[in-house]
Amino acid sequence: MIKRNYPWKTKLSEKECCDSSPIIDVKNLSLFYDKQKAFGDISLEVNRGCVTGIIGPSGCGKSSFIHCLNRMIELYPSSKVDGDIYFNGKNIFDSRVNLMDLRKSIGVIFQEPTPLPLSIITNIELPLKEHRFNNIQERAVSALKSVGLWEEVKDKLKTPANNLSGGQKQRLCIARTIALEPDVILMDEPCSSLDPISTEKIEGLIHELKGSYTILIVTHNLAQARRVCDYVYAFWYDELGSCGKILDSGTCSDVFEHSQNETIRDYVGGLRG
Amino acid sequence: MALSGHGTSFIFDESWFPTEGQFNMIPMLVGSLLVTFGSLLLALPLGIFSSLFASFYCSPRIKTFYRRAIELYTGIPSVIFGLWGLMKLVPIINQIQPPGQSLLAGTLILALMIFPIIALSLISSFEMASKNHFKVSESLGLKKSTYIWFILLPNLKGQILGATILSFGRAIGETMAVLMVCGNIVKIPSSMFEPIRTLTANIALEMAYAMGTHRSALFLSGLLLLSMIGVLLLLSDFLKKRFAWKA
Amino acid sequence: MEGLTKSISWIVGLALIAMLFYILGDIILVSAKHFSLNFLLDSPFSGGRKGGIYPIIISTLLILAVSLLVVIPIGLASSLYLAEFAEQNSKGIIVIRKSIEVLSAVPSIVFGLFGNAIFSLYLGMGFSILSGGLTLAIMALPLFITTVEKGFRSVPSNYRLAAFSLGMSRFTMIKSVVIPYALPAIFVGIVLSVGRALAETAALIFTSGYVDRMPESLFDSGRSLSIHIYDLTMNVPGGDINAYKTSLVLIVLILATNTLINTILKSWYKKRIAL
Repeated sequence: MIKRNYPWKTKLSEKECCDSSPIIDVKNLSLFYDKQKAFGDISLEVNRGCVTGIIGPSGCGKSSFIHCLNRMIELYPSSKVDGDIYFNGKNIFDSRVNLMDLRKSIGVIFQEPTPLPLSIITNIELPLKEHRFNNIQERAVSALKSVGLWEEVKDKLKTPANNLSGGQKQRLCIARTIALEPDVILMDEPCSSLDPISTEKIEGLIHELKGSYTILIVTHNLAQARRVCDYVYAFWYDELGSCGKILDSGTCSDVFEHSQNETIRDYVGGLRG
Repeated sequence: MALSGHGTSFIFDESWFPTEGQFNMIPMLVGSLLVTFGSLLLALPLGIFSSLFASFYCSPRIKTFYRRAIELYTGIPSVIFGLWGLMKLVPIINQIQPPGQSLLAGTLILALMIFPIIALSLISSFEMASKNHFKVSESLGLKKSTYIWFILLPNLKGQILGATILSFGRAIGETMAVLMVCGNIVKIPSSMFEPIRTLTANIALEMAYAMGTHRSALFLSGLLLLSMIGVLLLLSDFLKKRFAWKA
Repeated sequence: MEGLTKSISWIVGLALIAMLFYILGDIILVSAKHFSLNFLLDSPFSGGRKGGIYPIIISTLLILAVSLLVVIPIGLASSLYLAEFAEQNSKGIIVIRKSIEVLSAVPSIVFGLFGNAIFSLYLGMGFSILSGGLTLAIMALPLFITTVEKGFRSVPSNYRLAAFSLGMSRFTMIKSVVIPYALPAIFVGIVLSVGRALAETAALIFTSGYVDRMPESLFDSGRSLSIHIYDLTMNVPGGDINAYKTSLVLIVLILATNTLINTILKSWYKKRIAL
């Protein structure tokens, strides 16, 4: 077994990062696809500057939950949302909210690395242009440097982004998102389609980004959650066996080592899948 | 059969006066090409914007109905387009500038007949396009139009080209509708309000009474049309390989 | 940019629908004012501007019948051969496929020219329903073959494997598995051919002729609905009212065949899913 080095993690963290007011406050959120409930009555807080994880078995509505946070869920016509989500104190479902600004401030990294079918540099410059940033070229270069891609792609900026490897594509997607200077970065299982080396690189990146950005990461990889998160919310199936409710939450050590909930204790101990 | 006894008269004769042994086809070739290119110029934006309407801007329930409506367009026989054009469109053009039966009328009617080819091809392509790209574009806060013009359509260049070539073939082969609204005067037009005659209309009109060399001249014009179609097919094969799109 | 794209799309989208309604509405309104059932049952007189279109309907149906009788067997046999028996990469097959592709792009008037030369003159059929039907058959064949062949090829390979493993002969498999599975595609092919045939004018002018009385045999000349519309519009002063009425009949005929076959298809699919 290869020993992995995570120099930044000597022990599971206690509350080392944030301030007390949450940047995202979800209150009693429920999601329905037509009549089918995806998750019900979820309340959680995402603390500024920290990495918050959402763990749980697949099919629990974790991805759907993430999609609600920047109103991506509205792309699915059969979806219906109940409850409130407050971002920086304002309700994102308010009709006066500008969707473009919301999505600039809350960025998403998807499970499948999806660069736009354009050149590498245009992938970053197009959104910058759209959101009316100045110094577009410098910002693009700096974003590529932040994710550690610059050395690898600086000679082929105009080539199609689709020619990159999976790990590179995902880092490009992260670069594209942070170029827009968001407040929150949502990550939906960002490493699940990547090899272990790329995964390690991205987990390192998350560690670097935290503090300046707030990160919310969905993962079904418990080890990853332990490595990367400050706070954790554990999703599980509700009584009816369909999805989504929170069974436990707290700092990493709270959930992984001292969970009050028996199901979650079994889950994090590897006794349940 | 057709080629004997004509020599270069197809280009250098004064004009098309078959009863007098004159067989210059150029005015009609020009007529065919003008009406075809003109209608393509109109049909492309019509096709693109109507497909955008159906796929992005109207509600999904309207989309099924709209698609059926465009398919209905393709089912209407060309004579009926010609009839309507003659009865309703030509008088309107006549008001602006007589005589009404003109290159303009032909272009407009033909555009209505071929835009569905482009529209339906694009609507299918949009449905098959990667949903992920749209999802990512939305999540980055990009506007729909940015997605359409900078990501979606550039990716579909091959498809659009293919549909255009198909439409070109359809337009240049159209006989009845252009015959009914174009006026059928053999002359290179100096404005779009002037009447023209296409190669196809010419064959239809004169075949009934053509004899001898006249007849063979008509067959030759048919061969000319065929060879243009042939070139078109070769072009489309070549482009298919280059762009690797599905027909 | 967004506003511009959105508004132009809406304008174009609505305008084209409006145009469709305008065209169809025009035909329906003008015809409705003067329509009577006798139109369908009488013979035309006075050059067609008076009277009905009964013989023309009959001619049209006869031409249609002739072409279907040729297209369906030849088309089925060819598509079956291409899909099941042909050596896919041989030179001959590639040439055949190319020719089919070329044929489907040829303008209708050119078919009329050659139909005239081959059927009317060389084979001596003159202007007749037979000439017209045969010419239309050649026009419709490429479309039919392409559609039906795709249908045959789309039979899932596990059906074929299952048939072979049960010991069925090639012939039985084709009869009991491939053809029934591809039946919807065959129907679609027929609908497309019928649609093409009904709408055709240019190919028929010089093959099936112009005469507007009742044809006495397949060797007699007969006028199709589309040619009647053309003649009334262009050559008969005052013929436009009847041209409109004939157009209405033609459109209804096309719509009826389409809807008929589509409903058959839908019930077919329902049965298949129930299986």
